[in-house]
Amino acid sequence: MEKIVEINHLQKIFGRNEVLKDINFSVSKGEVVCIIGASGSGKSTLLRCINLLEYPTAGEILYHGQNILEHKMTTAVYRAKMGMVFQQFNLFNNLNVLQNCMVGQEKVLKRSKAEARKTALEYLELVGMSQFINAKPNQISGGQKQRVAIARALSMEPEALLFDEPTSALDPELVGEVLKVMKALAQSGLTMLVVTHEMAFARDVSHRVVFMDDGVIVEDDKPEVIFNNPRNERTRTFLKRILEK
Amino acid sequence: MAITPDSSFFEWVIYITRTYWPLFMRGAQVTLIISLTGTIIGFCIGMIIGVIRTIPIDQNTNPIFRFIYKIINIILLIYIEVFRGTPMIVQAMVVFYGVAMVYGIHLSTLFAGIFIVSINTGAYMAEIVRGGILSIDKGQFEAAHSIGMTHAQTMLNIILPQAVRNILPATSNEFVINIKDTSVLNVIGVTELFFMSKSAAGNNFRYFEVFLVTCTIYFIMTFTVTRILRYLEIRLEGPSVYTIHGSQSVPEAQIRIVDREKR
Repeated sequence: MEKIVEINHLQKIFGRNEVLKDINFSVSKGEVVCIIGASGSGKSTLLRCINLLEYPTAGEILYHGQNILEHKMTTAVYRAKMGMVFQQFNLFNNLNVLQNCMVGQEKVLKRSKAEARKTALEYLELVGMSQFINAKPNQISGGQKQRVAIARALSMEPEALLFDEPTSALDPELVGEVLKVMKALAQSGLTMLVVTHEMAFARDVSHRVVFMDDGVIVEDDKPEVIFNNPRNERTRTFLKRILEK
Repeated sequence: MAITPDSSFFEWVIYITRTYWPLFMRGAQVTLIISLTGTIIGFCIGMIIGVIRTIPIDQNTNPIFRFIYKIINIILLIYIEVFRGTPMIVQAMVVFYGVAMVYGIHLSTLFAGIFIVSINTGAYMAEIVRGGILSIDKGQFEAAHSIGMTHAQTMLNIILPQAVRNILPATSNEFVINIKDTSVLNVIGVTELFFMSKSAAGNNFRYFEVFLVTCTIYFIMTFTVTRILRYLEIRLEGPSVYTIHGSQSVPEAQIRIVDREKR
């Protein structure tokens, strides 16, 4: 299958702290990959490196075979191809729900207002938020915000969507509505890379699960393998701790 | 009614108000013109400097650009520190007489007044704007970057609208301070309210009565301005209700929902 992003020997150092050590990893078209691991294991940093919100210290990120760290493509153009959904939603507070989904299309993709509006409404409908187009972010609930954030990312029609712990900041009763949307997206064939603590989601929805610990990828396999008979001792300990809760 | 030195206090206040009303009004007008233009120009200067000073510079930035940026930043810092660190009354003297001596140009007092208030306000506003930009959550920048916006697009569409809203109270503060502080411009002969009052008082040797009237006029001006700006602030916050489009049973229904975070 065609690889969208391929990462070779990626390293990220914050000050004296080596957060990512020699990461090798790739995502193919249409794949849903979940990254699991304890807090501080480097999952989020890896995701942020893929979107270039953090600049890697060393290594290469190949986008359709082209190293994006080596000029050629500007960062902004590349980022527009990689949608991102944040733990804290990060909706634009000065814009309403509809404008949140339109601003990127108009300014970055240079779409006309009518076109942007049509696309935005389409995706807002998909996440079940089309009724709230007039609301400002501080007027809706966390689950609703996250669904709008997903619609905003989708409106840019990215090649892959990166999720950085999308349900971790939500009240327990709001997690379901977001996961439902994500499941539907996964089934529609969208390429997704999800950092999550939702083990059930990782097990049931993803094609591959990556377990990270202490800045390295410990295991990268099918969910059945990771959850039923993990090869590595560290994976076993982590899953035991999580699933016992 | 004839006024004599023995007339009562109130008679003097009424007499002065009546006689010098046009003078007070001319003074108040100059005060308002200088403080309003000065605040607006100062706000623009502050905006530009605040935006420049928050441009992100890291190891991936072109070294030549980094060097130029560093020099510009030093110049801006000197400007801010000098104009915040010296009294406006002294700046007025230095600029007015300095320009006359060095360039041989005799500035009009009104122009000199506006110029001094503008650059003085600019120095303060630069830091206020910078603070306003820094106060915006990092997530807003990251979200804008993640959908492919450049730094300039992010600033223009996402950050500045929020920052301006946040710094509005501080800006109205600056405006009020300017209305009051233009009084120091009397040292270079700007015919603002304080200067006019001084001549009215000197004519009659009635300082208390005259300056009581002056005081009232200053207060009316500042109070009006704060009320107007407060109204603007509320307007900028936007509507506290929103409409829901359609419902399962009645698609055209528009339900108004009151903001949950506002009383």
